[in-house]
Amino acid sequence: MLQPQMVALPPRGTQPDFHYPAYVSSQARSPRKPLIMLPSTESERTGPVFGHGIIAPHDDDLTAQHQGDPIGERLVVQGRVLDEDGRPVRGALIEVWQANAAGRYRHRVDQHHAPLDPNFTGCGRMITGADGRYHFKTIKPGAYPWANHHNAWRPAHIHFSLFGAGILSRLVTQMYFPGDPLQPLDPIFNSIADQKARNRLIAYFDIETTEPNYALGFRFDIVLRGSAETPFEAPKR
Amino acid sequence: MKLVPSGSQTVGPFFSIGLTHLCAAQPSRETPPVTVRGRVLDGNGDGVPDAVLEIWQADSCGLYSSGPADASGMPSGFARITSGEDGCFSFATCLPGRIAFDDKRSQAPHLVVLVFARGLLRQLITRMYFSGEALNDDPVLASIPEDRRRTLVARPGTDSTGHLEWNVVLQGEEETVFFMW
Repeated sequence: MLQPQMVALPPRGTQPDFHYPAYVSSQARSPRKPLIMLPSTESERTGPVFGHGIIAPHDDDLTAQHQGDPIGERLVVQGRVLDEDGRPVRGALIEVWQANAAGRYRHRVDQHHAPLDPNFTGCGRMITGADGRYHFKTIKPGAYPWANHHNAWRPAHIHFSLFGAGILSRLVTQMYFPGDPLQPLDPIFNSIADQKARNRLIAYFDIETTEPNYALGFRFDIVLRGSAETPFEAPKR
Repeated sequence: MKLVPSGSQTVGPFFSIGLTHLCAAQPSRETPPVTVRGRVLDGNGDGVPDAVLEIWQADSCGLYSSGPADASGMPSGFARITSGEDGCFSFATCLPGRIAFDDKRSQAPHLVVLVFARGLLRQLITRMYFSGEALNDDPVLASIPEDRRRTLVARPGTDSTGHLEWNVVLQGEEETVFFMW
């Protein structure tokens, strides 16, 4: 009898544990009972596919969403979204959000005593092309304090949310910057035990991506769970 | 050689800046709608007011959409919902059909639910089933210890509005069943 395969798990240490006590918020919000093996059925193999209708002008340029220029170091961020087989994931929706250059989010619960920038919202979105590539402009986010422990500071980061070929390819992560001295002190970054896997969340500076007299360029490639082949090539009903 | 998938990181407390633009859509445009109400609760029994739920579901024939439904770019069968004060959430859906499993068996109607929140370093994956449907023959439910299956089943509310109630309990005695992924 044809039996669905169990969902394959990522290599040990390459994803954070749900319960990571150094990240205090995980203590009361992480499950403690055994997780259950899940077969890969139609419910897991399929996932939402978004069209360009949800993208508005300037969604890929966080420096152009207001009348004036935001304060901060201008950046171009680009990269490729790949599946586990190394194939480009095309048509993947990427959503990004971040703090401004002073380390302040435009959000009612952010109490950090740092200025808001009237010319910066800090949110963007894009859909990958046929080669799995994406590209957006922004400013470098600032580090900011948080309440996890005494003198806790988050390293500079940009939040990324991605939809891949199926619902299990869904990924929410954070992109960090090279050479940030706060990274070794940050429990969220260090929740990924495997050092190589952790360091893949650090973008690298790329002079080829850098635009002369305009903006520094960073590359950040992302690998989504599973294979992109089947769901995107299924005929539309 | 397989590539190692990128590591997950928490959605954090400020996700609404980037994520709420998709919150307007309801998972299904078919009728009649069913309203599901519930709370996201932590291990202390406190409501989690900053969680995101994402729903992925099949249509009434048990089929999943494979692309955007119209020029809006939104696919049918998907919804993103945020919890509010006290961890409360609510969304409208319609009963999906039975979904293929293997050549002999099918799955009872269900929603796939992803849970994101500050404090969750990876999203949680669970399912919501509908009480009143035949659940005994569902192969995924059957793989779950019997005393925990009820955590995945939405039940009629106590008032007369006809809504269903289903809580997402992140930790504790009544902890919702979550799947390995």
